[in-house]
Amino acid sequence: MSAGKNRRPSRVGDAPLFRRILLSVVLLFVAIVIVAPLLVIGVQAFSMGVTYFGATIAHPDTRHAILLTVVTALVAVPVNTVFGIAAAWAITKFDFPGRRLLLVVIEIPFSVSPIVAGVAYLFVYGLQGLFGPALQAAEVKILFALPGIVIASMFVTAPFVARELIPLMQAQGRDLEEAATSLGASGWRTFFSVTLPNIKWALLYGVVLCNSRVMGEFGAVSVVSGNIRGQTNTLPLHIELLYHDYNAVGAFAAASILAMLAILTLIAKVALERQGAGRIRRPSSLAGTEPQPSEAKP
Amino acid sequence: MKRRVLPGLPLSLGITLVYVAIIVVLPLAALVFKAASLGPEDYWRIVSSDRAVASYRITVLCAFAATLFNLVFGLALAWILVRYRFPGRRIVDALVDLPFALPTAVAGISLTTLFAANGWFGAPLSAIGIKVAYTPLGIMIAMAFTSLPFVVRTVQPVLEELDPALEEAGQTLGAGDLSIFVRVILPLLTPALLAGVSLSFARSLGEFGAIIFIAGNQPMETEITALLAFIRLEEYDYPASAAIASVMLVTAFVMLALTNLMQARALRYTARA
Repeated sequence: MSAGKNRRPSRVGDAPLFRRILLSVVLLFVAIVIVAPLLVIGVQAFSMGVTYFGATIAHPDTRHAILLTVVTALVAVPVNTVFGIAAAWAITKFDFPGRRLLLVVIEIPFSVSPIVAGVAYLFVYGLQGLFGPALQAAEVKILFALPGIVIASMFVTAPFVARELIPLMQAQGRDLEEAATSLGASGWRTFFSVTLPNIKWALLYGVVLCNSRVMGEFGAVSVVSGNIRGQTNTLPLHIELLYHDYNAVGAFAAASILAMLAILTLIAKVALERQGAGRIRRPSSLAGTEPQPSEAKP
Repeated sequence: MKRRVLPGLPLSLGITLVYVAIIVVLPLAALVFKAASLGPEDYWRIVSSDRAVASYRITVLCAFAATLFNLVFGLALAWILVRYRFPGRRIVDALVDLPFALPTAVAGISLTTLFAANGWFGAPLSAIGIKVAYTPLGIMIAMAFTSLPFVVRTVQPVLEELDPALEEAGQTLGAGDLSIFVRVILPLLTPALLAGVSLSFARSLGEFGAIIFIAGNQPMETEITALLAFIRLEEYDYPASAAIASVMLVTAFVMLALTNLMQARALRYTARA
């Protein structure tokens, strides 16, 4: 410790023995809690050989589940993105009464259980719900069909893009956009040439996280989908079905696709964070709509 | 001086309000309406039934235990990520978010396989008489897994910003490491810890996908509230499902208010530091 006067005093917890023990214990837990669950998916998926794995993936039901998952994401994610941008533009570029309330409402899905969301949708579009009888009369099928899966996915991911954009655009202020419009640029031009380049990484970040959640959503979708094999099973629901059919290997084969998606999402996340995305998080909706004092620098 | 007003308010606000109204407000209002139409007596009978109360107890107790685990483990994990340099640190840092990226159903079957009596961890544990899968312990593990990143990610930035001078001051005054940690560092981390803990707890209360595989789902014993709402639905007992879901919704709102309060405090603290 007193090896030399110029040495910076070692910080708390830097004693070599303590350090080694803490590091070992925590990393052991990381291996148990995080790495093992990931590893076991791969091990189980290939436990009956590559051929069986291939056969599971190529099975029409699995292929259909993948297709349904991709289609759901192709609808839900872009719609959600447009909403996120619109919400961020309205909330950060204008002052209007009820702005804070709007912020809170946008974040509600983040704290509501997906099961509650699914149940709630039944009471809107289900037969015992608000519009159910009218929808049945018009022969429009929302529940137990693709539209239901899409809107339930939209509910659970509603805040994903908006919560990345709002704090960033809040911090960037309105000066650039005001300069652009005062020079005669139209609103669209201002958005595409001034705003978008400044928010593109944060936007992409939100889109990546949103997509990951849409493709993996289970609770809300399992309530509204009706779980019809080969018809309304998304990939996570298909995994459950295979698992309860005592086809664990098949379930893990299907799960390995979503695990790959999760890994790709993490890689994209790290890459985007290097570009500065995800840094300015507005940790709370009620914490205020003012730029955060600690991180307000554009 | 009046600020120049940017274009696009009607369009952007219009899209926002329509979307929020249709996607978020309408279904929740419909749920509340359905639950309210039960009348106070029926409502109370459903939400205070033995099976429902047992499910609240299991959910809350397991969420509490999972959150406690995440408090300790999350703090330790954030600590090694910020304070120590070791090979693979960046990979561990990225892996912290895995529970958010991995679909809950995938996490569910994966954890069940690991902790089943013949699994990698289940086998040695059952050899010493600890059953995890299909017990409340399994529910706790699934909850701990899915809410793991919260504490780490709220504590990490605060730990990074911590001024080394504070620790040096403690050392100059002759305090030992433990004393400095407890009296100087921990109080500074407390707001962030509380914020992380409340997010983690709220998430655990509402978790469904990861839990139903590992829980065993025995009524009164290993049945969480979210599952009970789901089961009532499958039994076509819609009023009961609405009532139980409304209890979860109210709890979620209370937790939302609480987490916002905690986070606002954490934020004020960071801003001042």
